[in-house]
Amino acid sequence: MSDTFEAVIGLEIHAQLLTATKIFCGCSTAFGAPPNAHACPVCVGLPGALPVLNRRAVDLAVTAALALGCEVQERSVFARKNYFYPDLPKGYQISQFELPLALGGGLQMPASVGGRFVKLTRIHMEEDAGKSLHEGFADSDRKTYLDYNRSGVPLVEIVSEPDMRSAEEAALFFETLRQILVWLGVNDGNMDEGSLRCDANVSVRRPGDPKLGTKTEVKNVNSFRYLEKAIEFEIGRHIDVLDHGGRIVQETRLFDAAQGKTYSMRSKEEAHDYRYFPEPDLPPLMVDAARRDRIKAALPELPEARRRRLIAEYGIPEYDAALLTQTRGVADYFEQTARSCGNAKAASNWVMGEVLRNMKERAVAIEAVPITPAALAGLITIVEQGTISSTVAKDVFARMYDTGRAAAEIVAADGLAQISDTSSLEPIVQRVLAAHPDVVAEIKAGKDRKFQFLVGQVMKETRGKGDPKLVTDLMRAALGT
Amino acid sequence: MSTLTQQDVKRIAELARLELTTDELDLFTRQLGGILTYVEQINALDTTGVVPTSHVLNRPVDRPDVPEPSLSREDLLANAPDAAREAGLFKVPRVIG
Repeated sequence: MSDTFEAVIGLEIHAQLLTATKIFCGCSTAFGAPPNAHACPVCVGLPGALPVLNRRAVDLAVTAALALGCEVQERSVFARKNYFYPDLPKGYQISQFELPLALGGGLQMPASVGGRFVKLTRIHMEEDAGKSLHEGFADSDRKTYLDYNRSGVPLVEIVSEPDMRSAEEAALFFETLRQILVWLGVNDGNMDEGSLRCDANVSVRRPGDPKLGTKTEVKNVNSFRYLEKAIEFEIGRHIDVLDHGGRIVQETRLFDAAQGKTYSMRSKEEAHDYRYFPEPDLPPLMVDAARRDRIKAALPELPEARRRRLIAEYGIPEYDAALLTQTRGVADYFEQTARSCGNAKAASNWVMGEVLRNMKERAVAIEAVPITPAALAGLITIVEQGTISSTVAKDVFARMYDTGRAAAEIVAADGLAQISDTSSLEPIVQRVLAAHPDVVAEIKAGKDRKFQFLVGQVMKETRGKGDPKLVTDLMRAALGT
Repeated sequence: MSTLTQQDVKRIAELARLELTTDELDLFTRQLGGILTYVEQINALDTTGVVPTSHVLNRPVDRPDVPEPSLSREDLLANAPDAAREAGLFKVPRVIG
């Protein structure tokens, strides 16, 4: 980026609240239902239908607001945002405007992206719109199809101040926010299904200029990487236009991931004036101090605090703590395993290694891992006791995963225990030596690096079960080296 | 007295995606102007110190997060001027380019 300009970025994030029903009616919010299976007079805006607010949606929105350090307003007001588009059958979206649910708050960003505290402007509640299908039907050249399953799904819109200065910082802000929302159980973090979406407002200015440049808005970028790329492209485009004496046009743009470019979304469609006014069908939303305090008291320990505690309490490295706190479930799993086996570093290694690897390969969440923390602790214990080697332990882990049986049981039933008695290993050592007279001769001539080859042969014969230390000792004794 | 102009009505029609003829523009400017003049009588009242009311109810009204049956798709689409009834989708004239 040209050093004569500074980028200014603010984000607007729409997050679906994890309720069972829509914000103003009892229709299900479950993803993937047949088109219009979850629609009723309220969410398709039939005349006379009246909205009634979902209490749980409010609790979740307040949870998010408190976790982000916002001031939850005792009284907020729903408003009608008027616009004509068929995905919004009432002709307006019920949102909040002048008096939103929460104000202020923010997120501390790490030193790697500038160490700024990125402030939030506000958090408000609103309903999602339906889905327009413009392509894929025989008459798509003349018709648009509409599915209202999403219409009325509860959302919070989280608006940041224009406090970010690089695409990298903005992407990390979004990622951190996502982790917190998922951690809180407020949102499922699923960007592919549209339950978490991000719009970015981008402008550039001369450093030190108190005035903001003209901004453009990049809409609906559904991955961290694309968000970063889209913002980077947009910053470059702004600088290029200004460097060539042009002017930035305030507009909405979309990101084309394949081309890595943004393009203008609307032109003559830009006749927008939302004519907000208070929603007459809903009373003001009251969140009294008692309700706010009850929700505050129920907030879980947040990711950053948990990372710090894991490092202090279990003495694990920062790297481990970061990996183990990707979700609350993983952090819980680690802590239970560590407490149960008494060896935090071993527990950390197993969770970061085999557990996370299996989750990734099988695309499952920690809750679906069939090995309980206590069972994993059992495996760690028998490795520590020397009953099995760490190589065999990985195999035992795989069998535990597939069968749900305990480690000790698998070791006993499948004969996997480490062979650590001299009488069993000695004959194998002798056999290996007899089979490789040439290697023995080389070692005796001083090529000691061949020694590991012989140890390897014994381990192979024992199918990995030989106690490596004992095998080494026996081999040294037999060779007299 | 209302100062609603034809320009204002044109703008409102544009936002509502309505096309008006010159006669209609004339008619609606007069009619809407009349309504505004009528409502403007309220400006004669002194509201100093009166807290603005956005709603007549002043207590929270909400519902538990418990699913209720949605409409059947047949009922939902019954009055739709155009629909793909098999697929369960509403149809409207194409809205983008």
